[in-house]
Amino acid sequence: MCTPKWFVFAAFCLAPGLGLAATPQIPARDYDVGTPATDAQMKAWDIIVGPEGRNLPDGSGTPVAGKAIYDQQCAACHGDAGQGGTGPRLVGGIGSLATAKPIKDVGSYWPYATTLFDYIRRAMPFSNPQSLTNDQVYAVSAYILKMNGIIPDDAVMDRRTLPMVEMPNRNGFVSMIGASVVTGK
Amino acid sequence: MTVINPRRGPRRRHVLEGLAAGAVLVPSARATEAPPAIPSWMQAQGADVNAHPYGQPAAFEAEVVRERMKSRTLTAGASFTPLQHLHGTITPNGLFYERDHGGVPTIGPAAYRLLVDGMVDRPMIFTLSDLKRLPAVSARHFMECSGNSGTEWTKPTGRTVQETHGLLSCSEWTGTKLEIVLGIAGVKPGAGWCVAEGGDAAALDRSIPLEHALKIGAMLAYAQNGEALRPEQGYPVRLVLPGFEGNTNIKWLRHLELRRGPAMSKEETAYYTELLPDGKAEQFNFVMRAKSVITYPSGSQKLDGTGFYEISGLAWSGSGRIKAVDVSVDGGKTWQPATLQGPIEPICLTRFRLPWRWNGGSAVLQSRAVDETGYVQPTLKSLVGQYGLHAHYHNNAIQSWQVETSGDVINVHA
Repeated sequence: MCTPKWFVFAAFCLAPGLGLAATPQIPARDYDVGTPATDAQMKAWDIIVGPEGRNLPDGSGTPVAGKAIYDQQCAACHGDAGQGGTGPRLVGGIGSLATAKPIKDVGSYWPYATTLFDYIRRAMPFSNPQSLTNDQVYAVSAYILKMNGIIPDDAVMDRRTLPMVEMPNRNGFVSMIGASVVTGK
Repeated sequence: MTVINPRRGPRRRHVLEGLAAGAVLVPSARATEAPPAIPSWMQAQGADVNAHPYGQPAAFEAEVVRERMKSRTLTAGASFTPLQHLHGTITPNGLFYERDHGGVPTIGPAAYRLLVDGMVDRPMIFTLSDLKRLPAVSARHFMECSGNSGTEWTKPTGRTVQETHGLLSCSEWTGTKLEIVLGIAGVKPGAGWCVAEGGDAAALDRSIPLEHALKIGAMLAYAQNGEALRPEQGYPVRLVLPGFEGNTNIKWLRHLELRRGPAMSKEETAYYTELLPDGKAEQFNFVMRAKSVITYPSGSQKLDGTGFYEISGLAWSGSGRIKAVDVSVDGGKTWQPATLQGPIEPICLTRFRLPWRWNGGSAVLQSRAVDETGYVQPTLKSLVGQYGLHAHYHNNAIQSWQVETSGDVINVHA
């Protein structure tokens, strides 16, 4: 089996310290208030995609298809080449985080590629959120990853491949859960 | 000899009735005094009892408003609370700071739904009426954007305390506790996180560690200072996570999804993380650390001559109660304990005061909070030593206001 080198098979495993937390004991409440949700209601409601890829929809997109959509829907705010404008910069920061002028963009900073799909689908384009099709969201995600040199020109992003993309800053975050919560220190 | 009661002086009718001939009254001269002895507002009926069915501030307070942040970024909508004009600890609802990432949606009570799903036994949908049927609690808590004072890391930028610290407000919140809603749905073993998602154009979502959220009394709030939430505060329902950074207190709450791990949303990876000098970044730094600021005298105010002033300010901590506030008038060389206004409540603004006589010389006013865990508010130098200059969020450094010999007060880094 041929596997592109940008795949990471363990991509859905969370980085050390970022993952599991205890399930608290919560007293059951028998108030008979609220309505049970149906599967159809949950499916229509749920747009949350996690790093493991849960809830990524069917569909796919390539950088080539993404460029056409990007130029039309995204470039006005994020710049022709992703350099930023009234919207944040998307490319160019890889290698800059530990310097005196760090640039936090998708390529340099974002730890998971799934976040791209999740965010574009839920909140972009700024003036018309949730207007892109799933194929278009995959394609724009692919194009932004390609602009950052993270995936090749011919990569196809879909529910299987996107969670396997290795982001350069995947291990760049330190969870402060244990240290900061409750004490604030 | 005639004794003129100055409180009655200008009223001709009283003069004629009550004074002996020969009394000299000069109403025009009295009119130059402020307030006039018998002011006009006592000589005519005032406004109708219900002229403003929803009461309005005095017309003279028109400058006490929120101030919009200047930014070229579309998603940076924020307006700041005018802390320099406020007293006590509760923020009036119309002045509560506002931060949103996709504008303020209009959601009618009848259209509101909350879905609770993911790792639960019984996925549930709640209406607003459902939530209001459930047992309610009220609690006073501050809320602070973790980007508050975020422009102050390298140099003084804000002219007023509104600009330096105005992403801070405090309310009495009323709602039902998160644990009640989750108790109805039944959380499955293994669920350690709850993703909360807003119903705005940003569909802003944050992953919350469940155990900690319950420990701090997480609430689904529908009321603020006695009335329904304001639209810009999440009407009809927002999450309130006492002591957690403001961004996690999801407004227009539409979805709670129980998960094994965090969703790694944009707002908890690309933003609301603190970049350190070595290129690593702190993530899930939820709790707002102890902080304080002097609101009077503060930036852009001017002292009206030498003599007595009561220094006053606010202190708060996401970790519990404020234990002490020290104030310095010499740039941190010497400190005096301020008086704390009670009741001192956990995760709530606490007002402190200290009497001071200004001798006309230059002075640098600072305040330093200590919370019940023993944590001491750091100097900017110490904070920069720990986090560098690019963390942006969670700047809880000691603020310095310089009083110049002219009486002008300016923001300095001392």
